[in-house]
Amino acid sequence: MTERERLLEKYSARVYKNRKDHIVQLEETLDPRSIAANTRAIPGVMTARGCCYAGCKGVVVGPLKDVAVITHGPVGCGFYSWGTRRNKAKPDEHTDKNFVPYCFSTDMQESDIVFGGEKKLEKAIEEAVALFHPTCIMICTTCPIGLIGDDVQAVARRTEEKYGIKAIGYSCEGYKGVSQSGGHHIANNGLMKYVIGTGDKQPKTKFSVNILGEYNIGGDGWEESRILKRCGIEVVNMFTGDASYESLKSAHLAGLNLVMCHRSINYIAEMMKTKYGVDWLKVNFIGVGATVKSLREVAKYFGDAELSARVEDVIADETAAVYDDVEYYKSRLTGKTAGIFSGGSRSHHYQTLLADFGMETVIAGYEFAHRDDYEGREIIPQIKEDADNKNIESITVEPDSEFYRTKYSPEEIVALKDGEYGIELDDYGGMFPEMDDGDVVVDDYNHFETDELIRLMKPDIFLSGIKDKYSIQKAGVSSRQIHSYDYSGPYAGFRGAVNFGRDLTMALYTNAWAFVTPPWKHEPMLEGRIGE
Amino acid sequence: MLDLTPKEVLERTALRINPCKTCQPVGAMYAALGVRRCMPHSHGSQGCCSYHRTVLSRHFKEPAIASSSSFTEGASVFGGRSNINTAAKNVFDMYDPDVIAIHTTCLSETIGDDLGSYIADMEIPEGKTVLYCNTPSYVGSHINGFFNMMIGFINYLTKTTGVKNGKTAVFPGWVNPGDIRELKRIAGLMKLDSIFFPDQSGVLDAPMTGKYEMYPDGGTTREEIAALGDCEAVIALGEIIGIEPSEHLKKKHKVPYTLLPMPVGVAHTDAFVLALQKATKTEVPRELEEERGRLVDLMLDSHQYTSGKKAAIFGDPDVVIGLTSFALETGLIPKYVITGTPKEEVARRVRALLDSYGVTDCTVKANADLFELHQWIKNEPVDLLIGSSYGKQIAKAEDIPFVRAGFPVLDRYGGTLLPVVGYAGGIRLAEKITNALMDRIDRDSSDEDFEVVM
Repeated sequence: MTERERLLEKYSARVYKNRKDHIVQLEETLDPRSIAANTRAIPGVMTARGCCYAGCKGVVVGPLKDVAVITHGPVGCGFYSWGTRRNKAKPDEHTDKNFVPYCFSTDMQESDIVFGGEKKLEKAIEEAVALFHPTCIMICTTCPIGLIGDDVQAVARRTEEKYGIKAIGYSCEGYKGVSQSGGHHIANNGLMKYVIGTGDKQPKTKFSVNILGEYNIGGDGWEESRILKRCGIEVVNMFTGDASYESLKSAHLAGLNLVMCHRSINYIAEMMKTKYGVDWLKVNFIGVGATVKSLREVAKYFGDAELSARVEDVIADETAAVYDDVEYYKSRLTGKTAGIFSGGSRSHHYQTLLADFGMETVIAGYEFAHRDDYEGREIIPQIKEDADNKNIESITVEPDSEFYRTKYSPEEIVALKDGEYGIELDDYGGMFPEMDDGDVVVDDYNHFETDELIRLMKPDIFLSGIKDKYSIQKAGVSSRQIHSYDYSGPYAGFRGAVNFGRDLTMALYTNAWAFVTPPWKHEPMLEGRIGE
Repeated sequence: MLDLTPKEVLERTALRINPCKTCQPVGAMYAALGVRRCMPHSHGSQGCCSYHRTVLSRHFKEPAIASSSSFTEGASVFGGRSNINTAAKNVFDMYDPDVIAIHTTCLSETIGDDLGSYIADMEIPEGKTVLYCNTPSYVGSHINGFFNMMIGFINYLTKTTGVKNGKTAVFPGWVNPGDIRELKRIAGLMKLDSIFFPDQSGVLDAPMTGKYEMYPDGGTTREEIAALGDCEAVIALGEIIGIEPSEHLKKKHKVPYTLLPMPVGVAHTDAFVLALQKATKTEVPRELEEERGRLVDLMLDSHQYTSGKKAAIFGDPDVVIGLTSFALETGLIPKYVITGTPKEEVARRVRALLDSYGVTDCTVKANADLFELHQWIKNEPVDLLIGSSYGKQIAKAEDIPFVRAGFPVLDRYGGTLLPVVGYAGGIRLAEKITNALMDRIDRDSSDEDFEVVM
């Protein structure tokens, strides 16, 4: 019996029927490899998922440092998303604005729920303007707002008229969609509709990129920018780590979009391609090998011999600088197995970094990924929309009359993508190709499955979130948070790989593991000789 | 840090900035985790449950289990009856708790889901319990959620047999497992036959054994909760968090109660010990009296470093009242005392404490936030800040020594295993406070003023 079958057999018929399609044990013979994803969680299963608000405010718009993001709702949601996601940010030089350490909420009370909260929201905006003079305000709604019918888009319009600043309302109530994913989409739509394309600041250099889906957790984005800058590539914007509204306005003028977290930001990548002709390239800066590959692909896209030579120099220099450390940690980690449960991208990205250290990923899962994140984008036309997905608005864009321009003709793009050294332009192959036979992949994993899979497959280390961390550790398995990096990092790029190797080695070899079982558990209680 | 906070205070009526409270459901979840083999259940969209489990795990550095009704847009329109039915069935199938303790959310409250009737119609396996309480996030704070969940348990489980059981119930209030262990130790020294409810010790400080137990050997049992109705009396610790469940039990079963402040510092611990003495007619043992003596000794030894120093104290109602009392005992001036919980009673009690020491010129406010506190500090600085982890931003911005106490403490380890209550908790707090103040003297001393002996 496979691990998958042993796991599923514990379920009641009803849950089994739902979960069987979300859990896959990979087999080479099974072609195409397929999984169910982005469907509603079953009540009571203890899913790791969060909500639409968490995806919109918590992930995508929360990190914007020069934006006063006001949570419109009771106080809790704003409180929980206050300083808890490690989106590192420094204020830009020309401004002192950094709202990231702050939490703004309308702290709705019972009477506001009964009589409507628009007035209180408008008063809150008035107070925010008086105190902070922001150039942009974003409003993110929580569950009861949608039910009582406050029109935050109308409030945003009135705010723009009254104060002459940008204001955007996001109706990202927690019950919308089936996970954080709906919130990412709503946030993407808002940035596309109201921000990107409204500025005219040209990149300073010939080779410029945005890094989409990079939230600068633990400073990952800064390590990526450091490397790219050494290569002579300008990072115009990160979406949305250390990002500003001011700078995002001109994001459409960058030469190429690099996509880190495909799940949370692919909508913007696609829409910018259609509207402004900016190509996107799925990159992975997690792992030495993956970073090298991604840098070469970026160089290939720009097609400049001087740039390519510089990229090779940087690769040689950076890999040499970390070589000894990587080899040392590899010697400690080789042969170990890992499980990864993350949001919608890292379970793929981190497999390449684990592989750098000779480790194998035997369990991988996502909280809120869609089928394309597992199977690749070619599956998108076959994905059937259900009622929950339909509730999240999908916007369509047209080529922009002023800014649409392309670097390559469609034929040239085909040529770029072709052959052994072809690049994955405007496309993503998903996580499955990374994985081997027998590996288990779980969509919308829950507490029960995490617990059981650890028992059945006994990985040496498990990378997951805070809600799982301590139960995994209590079961005697090393556990690291792969959302927050346990307040370490960065893990991206060359230096990040070393940090990761160091942290994994610490987690596996920390001396305290030796004390889990008290000595008296395996010492005889009585001492003496028989027959005396 | 917090560079955008202006010195000039602007009266706000709508915008909450840097709150000093959170919403009811997380309190309900924490209370329910203090019941043996209980699965807290969040009736709303799954983000609430995820956020609450996260903040609890980050504070306790422990697993915090809870399930969710996972509302979608459909459930928000048609009501959550089928969600809770499915959830209860799955939770019993997969996780096998004895009790599912449901709390509502702002979502299910706004649509008016009637959990009472849903549960009445529910198929519940033999020997299992499903109960609920209302915890609208737009009323009060997480403190309300905590006592509302206690009331939920009382509603469903407490009974009277007509015969008193000779036990005294202790409601420890919202404290850490380390505090509950200390309160139990004191109660034990005073020979109190007690039921602690709720009791997160053993649950949220479960030992490392190499085996994960979803329901560790801690928590108040259902039988113990049922027996609350036969108790001789209740000692409720925390005047704000304790009153409503005490009143409720009194109304339901005529169990009298004594409401006491959270036993932080000498006087409040004395009050607890006296109440125990009254209940058990036991002489205070030498061991406890000596502990008290050691605390007072420490306070006298170190008084010159605390006397007249100004402190800002923030946090939850009963913690803030307790910390203010202890601060005054050590000679600190509680210059600013705030709670985010909208209960004027907190301000009244804090002011009474200040009056009893003849301390004037302090600002006390309920329903306040940390932005406001920071602005006050910018206008008139303090020497010490005491409160939850979110105070570290202010402490860094204004370069103020900072002592962590209360909920949540997200950025330090071990704090939840140790008490702030009782004489032992006083010793711990006194050490933390004097160390913070004295480290600052060391840091700021010029070489010629740098003292090896202090």
